[in-house]
Amino acid sequence: MASERNVSLLRGLRYKGEGPMLTFILHRIGGLGIVLFVTVHILASFLGGKGGQFINAIYEHWLFQIFVYFCALFHAINGLRITILDLWPALLEYQREAIWLEWAVFLPVYGIAVFIILRTALGG
Amino acid sequence: MMKGRNLPLNQRGLNFEMLMWYFTRLSALAMYVLVLVAVIGALLMGARTQMNLADVLRWAFMPNSIHVQSTNVPDLAPWATTFWKVSGSLMLLLAASHGVHGVVVVLDDYFAQKWVRQLVRALSILFLVPMSIIGLYVLWTS
Repeated sequence: MASERNVSLLRGLRYKGEGPMLTFILHRIGGLGIVLFVTVHILASFLGGKGGQFINAIYEHWLFQIFVYFCALFHAINGLRITILDLWPALLEYQREAIWLEWAVFLPVYGIAVFIILRTALGG
Repeated sequence: MMKGRNLPLNQRGLNFEMLMWYFTRLSALAMYVLVLVAVIGALLMGARTQMNLADVLRWAFMPNSIHVQSTNVPDLAPWATTFWKVSGSLMLLLAASHGVHGVVVVLDDYFAQKWVRQLVRALSILFLVPMSIIGLYVLWTS
């Protein structure tokens, strides 16, 4: 059952999975980013006080906001694609088209928000 | 090739991993519904208060009245009803179990030894239960 991996890191990096592989990796990074953020956020709001304010200041920083918004938005949109294709497997034939559609939704929605975050943070 | 990979559906049986595979996808859909309900609620309750997109989204991801404290909303009472607390609790429990199971899935890709996988599962429960309780405490006391 448990698979032994005999693929080196270098070979793994050279694996040409293209679009679907990229979404797979970004989905993982996004999911782990959300787990990290939500955990810290729950603990900070539970503790409150000075420590809570210190942690608040970290994730209210525009760099962190750009990161966590990427995580949440990509994970949500990619997750919807995975859910739809997995629950209606006949659609799996159009996986690559679905990924292009996904980027077409993600890029404008993410780009506009990043533009506003940057304008607020840097432009004042 | 793994044994049983090509078994017909009715012979595959139902195990915990299979149930969690469904749970991951169905909880994603459920969270989409909760976000949609929260967005509609925020638009209804926050109309005419100059709420911006960031405030609506913060509420959408977790409908907790603390999340609109810093806005122009004049009265927090409609944002702190039992409906929103139940809605937020559902969001918390779904997101926490979806996320912790996701971490287990990721770690399984890097650790193949049986005892490490069992340790990961034990630690995931030890993480999930207290965090859910702390989160519920924050939701219901704010």
